[in-house]
Amino acid sequence: MKYMLLIYSEPQTPPEGEPQDFEAMMQPWFDYGDAMTEAGVHVAGDALEAIETATTVRVRNDETVLTDGPFAETKEVLGGYYLIDVDNVDDAIAWAARCPAAQYGSMEVRPLMVIPEA
Amino acid sequence: MTAPPSGTADTVDAALALVAGDRRRIMASVMPACHGDLDLADDAVAEAMATAVTAWRDNGIPDNPAGWVVVVARRRAIDRIRSASRRRAREQRTAPAAAVADRGLAHFAGDGAVEDPMASLGALDVDDQLRLVFMCCHPALSTPAQVALTLRYVAGLTTAQVAAAFVVSPDAMARRIHRARTKVRDAGIPFRIPRDAYLPDRLAAVLAVVHLVFNEGYLPHDDDDLQRLDLAQEAIRLARLLHDLMPDEAEVTGLLALCLLTHARAPARVDATGALVVMADQDRSRWDADMIDEGRALLTGALRRQDLGRLQLEAAIAACHADAPTHDATDWLQIVALYDELVRMTGSPYAAVNGAVARAFAVDPDAGLAALEAVADRHDLEAWPYLHVARGELAAMAGDHTAAAASLSRARALTENPRERDHLDTRLAHLRSNGPVRAGEGD
Repeated sequence: MKYMLLIYSEPQTPPEGEPQDFEAMMQPWFDYGDAMTEAGVHVAGDALEAIETATTVRVRNDETVLTDGPFAETKEVLGGYYLIDVDNVDDAIAWAARCPAAQYGSMEVRPLMVIPEA
Repeated sequence: MTAPPSGTADTVDAALALVAGDRRRIMASVMPACHGDLDLADDAVAEAMATAVTAWRDNGIPDNPAGWVVVVARRRAIDRIRSASRRRAREQRTAPAAAVADRGLAHFAGDGAVEDPMASLGALDVDDQLRLVFMCCHPALSTPAQVALTLRYVAGLTTAQVAAAFVVSPDAMARRIHRARTKVRDAGIPFRIPRDAYLPDRLAAVLAVVHLVFNEGYLPHDDDDLQRLDLAQEAIRLARLLHDLMPDEAEVTGLLALCLLTHARAPARVDATGALVVMADQDRSRWDADMIDEGRALLTGALRRQDLGRLQLEAAIAACHADAPTHDATDWLQIVALYDELVRMTGSPYAAVNGAVARAFAVDPDAGLAALEAVADRHDLEAWPYLHVARGELAAMAGDHTAAAASLSRARALTENPRERDHLDTRLAHLRSNGPVRAGEGD
């Protein structure tokens, strides 16, 4: 089954200091991605640019209305995702728990809908 | 084996009633053929039982009626899945859909091979029952959903019975169960025994569900009844089932022991007028001696495994009470030590409060009060009525009736159960008129 792991966390200030600090910060993410690939469960995954870059789009009465900012103003925002293919929700939860962001943010685990081929 | 005679209406009814009592194990045995789809399993079992009425009347009651129902229900489920997948394949011959259907068919090919419903089965499988338990108590479900699914599918209660047990309307309970079943199916909650790495957490979740059902039966928090025996007994049945399925898990045995040792006191917890009787005042001759013996024996067996857990500790505390001829003759020092260990293991402030009360009996009221205030300083327990009950009773023991009355009034204001409120009213009246009265551990 395919699951989307949605990563929610409070927006972080950009890392300052030496480039090697940034490398050190990213290392757990690289390791996590490598582990997913090695286990053969990784389908896709990306980080998103900061919430300030978000634009919300609605079409009402054929008119496209844009709003600067996210769909919902919340403290924890969507910052990235992984798409994984595993046997069941137990394994999906286990992968979510291993994500570095699970330590400080929240992981939402959502199964992909299987559209019945009627 | 001689050919069975045709069944009379009476004998068919009796056999069906027996099978209905076995519905949990039947469901568990049918589930593997249904890929975790509880709806499909439920329907298949219902259809098989409907078929049984005419089949058994015409052909006689099979040697193993439950096994017959399992085989027929499995076949129904497989037929349905096959016709659904054939329809899908016909309507849209896409490779992925065919692959999914094939994988599914391969999975239950073994079950489909059983062709003779009369064949001896031996397949009311222990592992399938365990898979059902772990699926219903999956932590990805909310606690109320876990409890509802467990009572409905593991304990085999009807939706109306589950609704009555939790004082919600049958419609609301049906919706809760439907939502839970939908999540089980769509979120991919597996019908399997968790891998070793997941097992400790998952087992804890299963035990928590049964413990919660027991506690709700023991003292419903918002009901007019002081205790709901049916729920407590249902929890004991569930704990027995878990113990049968997992005899080597010390905490499972601990849970059954705890339920039995606590429930043994039930006959003495309520007096002839329906009022609450605290443990100190209970007529111990009314405690259920057989239940105590069984609980004690189970606990001894669990402790021998040297795999101590919170439920075994709580059972050990209950056993200390059960062993004491009177409240005064209780081994309070032992109880204090057990509560200390429980606090060390769980960090539970509630255990710490109970430990402080035990300390008052083991040492003196001032020692108990000091321990109690130490707990109250560390944790915010002001909204918990029993904190104030404990504070009030210890103050009464120490002779400070003004403080005692203030605390018990506070407890009364926070208590929702009407019978508990009545009990606190009685205690307050005693304090105001008689001076010192007997304090009891809250029971």
